[in-house]
Amino acid sequence: MAGLEDYKGLQPAWCPGCGNYAILKTFKDAMVELGLEPHQITIVSGIGQAGKFPHYTRCNTFNGLHGRTLPVATGIKLANHEMLVIAVTGDGDCYGEGGNHLIHAIRRNVNVKLFVHDNQIYGLTKGQPSPTTMEGVVTKNQPFGVMSEQMNPIALAVALDCSFVARGFAGDMEHLKNLMKSAIQHKGFSLIDILQPCVTFNKINTYDWYRQRVYHIEEEYDTEDRVEAFKKALEWGDKIPIGIIYKNNRPILEERIPVIKDSTLVRQQNKPINLEKVLQEFY
Amino acid sequence: MDYTIKIGGEAGQGIQTIGDTLARVFSRSGYHVFTNQDYESRIRGGHNFFQIRVSDKPVMAAREKVDILIAFDKESISEHLKEINEDGQLVYDSSALGVIEMGSDVKLNTLDIPFTKLAIEHGGDKIMANTVAIGAILGMLRMKLNILEDIIKDTFKKKGGDIIQANVKSAKAGYDFAVKNCLTCRFTPADTSKAKMLLNTVEAIGFGAIASGCKFYSAYPMTPSTGIMNYLAEKEKDYGIIVEQAEDEIAAINMALGASFAGVRAMTGTADGGFALMVEGLSLAAMTETPIVICIGQRPAPATGLPTRTEQASLLFVVNAAHGEFPRVVFAPGSPEQAFYLTNKAFDLSEKYQIPVFVMFDQYIADAEWTLDGIDLRNIKYIDYRLRGEQLKNLEGYKRHKITETGVSPLGVPGDSVHLIVTDSDEHNEEGHLIEDAETRVRMVQKRLFKKLPLIKQEIAPPLFYGNAEPDIVIVGWGSTYGIMKEAVDILSMHNKIAMLHFSELYPLPDISKFDYISIMKNARFSFCVEQNATGQFARLMRAEMGYEFKININKYDGRPFTVEKLVGEIDGWLRRL
Repeated sequence: MAGLEDYKGLQPAWCPGCGNYAILKTFKDAMVELGLEPHQITIVSGIGQAGKFPHYTRCNTFNGLHGRTLPVATGIKLANHEMLVIAVTGDGDCYGEGGNHLIHAIRRNVNVKLFVHDNQIYGLTKGQPSPTTMEGVVTKNQPFGVMSEQMNPIALAVALDCSFVARGFAGDMEHLKNLMKSAIQHKGFSLIDILQPCVTFNKINTYDWYRQRVYHIEEEYDTEDRVEAFKKALEWGDKIPIGIIYKNNRPILEERIPVIKDSTLVRQQNKPINLEKVLQEFY
Repeated sequence: MDYTIKIGGEAGQGIQTIGDTLARVFSRSGYHVFTNQDYESRIRGGHNFFQIRVSDKPVMAAREKVDILIAFDKESISEHLKEINEDGQLVYDSSALGVIEMGSDVKLNTLDIPFTKLAIEHGGDKIMANTVAIGAILGMLRMKLNILEDIIKDTFKKKGGDIIQANVKSAKAGYDFAVKNCLTCRFTPADTSKAKMLLNTVEAIGFGAIASGCKFYSAYPMTPSTGIMNYLAEKEKDYGIIVEQAEDEIAAINMALGASFAGVRAMTGTADGGFALMVEGLSLAAMTETPIVICIGQRPAPATGLPTRTEQASLLFVVNAAHGEFPRVVFAPGSPEQAFYLTNKAFDLSEKYQIPVFVMFDQYIADAEWTLDGIDLRNIKYIDYRLRGEQLKNLEGYKRHKITETGVSPLGVPGDSVHLIVTDSDEHNEEGHLIEDAETRVRMVQKRLFKKLPLIKQEIAPPLFYGNAEPDIVIVGWGSTYGIMKEAVDILSMHNKIAMLHFSELYPLPDISKFDYISIMKNARFSFCVEQNATGQFARLMRAEMGYEFKININKYDGRPFTVEKLVGEIDGWLRRL
């Protein structure tokens, strides 16, 4: 059984007080509680402060390019669907550069877990607006305030009938841990948008700002009602719901591919066999 | 025997079906076949043609002169009438096209065959008109019908005996009509022999991938590469391959890299225009040392260009693509046979050295079908360079990017043991974790680039040298011009000491210590570099890397392939002027 020490990675280079520390700690706790070993997990990350995440724990790691986590994660999952594949990205990475991949990963319903560290700002490049930065916010390169409407990833995911949609908050670790565990135990593409304060570049969406607004979704809320989920997804402002917003049991991509019905692709015979048959087709 | 048959008409009229079937009849009869196609970027209408050359001797290029022109639209006649040989035949159905009035100065054999009428009378449906046409051509050529009957039986097996019978009767009706009415037909078929293989380059790449143990192919459709995806998708179940249509080319290359990282052989394919989107992924493959094979079908560019036509204008793009410096290998097969073996070699080198390897082609060679006597499956190279299961488990202190003598690090399969497989698009240390320090950076560049490169260069085969051993004239080319150049050499060698150098293993350029092609070019009076592009990209590569400058460049960039006659004419023209 793996313990917390098995998940100890390199010393993080994040700013002191960064919301990422809480997400990292929560992730490790969740893995230990799920009884997972580091080698059973592959984290695919992109570029941004969240992209460094896998180096700060222990797991198989593909730290790829900005915006491209989901295609890499999809390729890994299709080649080895027994592997737990988690994509860890930021709001700029996943909702900006990688927006098209997000839409199609949700459509495919590949059983990948997507954890988005959503701090509503670009941290690594020092303070430019991200797709989730609120309208009107003044930044270094948007002196007249952000003119585009704030993106709502939760509503987008519900609209696409995403298999599991949740919002967490880095300031509520116990709640976030349960979301991570639920997402991993759910069969289907799972998005957790994690509100994560950037203490250096986002002076608006601070810990206090979030704490004043977030609330746990009511227990009687029906997570399988898509219309209600869409209403819930639209809540943002004075009150921000956190918890599981929507889930369904759509069949996953891996189960629909006959080739990997009995065994993962990577475990199958690698050496080509029975080539005579294909050769004969050319005569 | 060396006949050319051209079938022309609108898209949707079944030109491809007729062409494919005839080519198969010829290859099964043991003849040598070369086919090529010309089509527009549309599904219905327009003017398209399918051309078949059939001979009892090896053929590997299209000729300009046509022996039988079957016209399904008037444009086929106006466009191609002047291509018909003196004793050639124009075939058409006057009930469909009207009676074609020739000028009194045109001396031409025409055969008016009522395709539709015969189809209705003998097959019971006008849909059989194409079968009538196939039968008629075989009748004109005085070949036998039995092979066509076998093909009909295979093709319509699932549709049942009635459909088979109707098609067989239709073929016979066309055949008998041609035998009876084509009084000017003077075609004499050579003896038939053992059946030959018939395949085009995209099929050969697909087959080569299967034979190399490719398990994953992700791509976004784009002419002329789509055929690879279609071919592999058809084989998914039989050979345990996953074919995933990605949302764009960026996703396609990243998915293939993911699959490769997870432990399976993976390939992606696109046109050169689609490759433009993959370029950052190429750099990622290089930095993470993830093996990948990338197939690129060139077409006339820039931008959308001429989507269904041919060009060789992305050589320098592919050789130089992506930010940063890293080793890569570029192949450009000149025939389906070369495509098969080079795809196999691409998989081997890609995994052996953990580098990206390219298989480049173009529309002309993608669609062109060739005959082969066969492929010896024993020549396939398959070595699994990945560390799996017990092998990985027993290692102590695994490091994904370990610095070794050869620069090649152990390629472990994630999940197969407690060893963690870590890699990063950032510069990283031996464990795969991101670093910033100068010393590690330098050691990693040396590992990835300088240690591997000399070993990779050793793997590259010399160009194919064909013709006179001490030539006055050398024609040089790469990729799809192989067959055309070879036939041109055969023709020109009657009056010249001429030879060809064909490069299918293009980059790194072959080492001259194995075979000194530079001296051959230097010692010749004339060296021609033949390319389907405007600026002579291979010539520029040769000058940049080897310091050799060609005396003459022959370039064609109209989107249409060279014909043998055209190339011979160009070279002949130069020789007269020089």
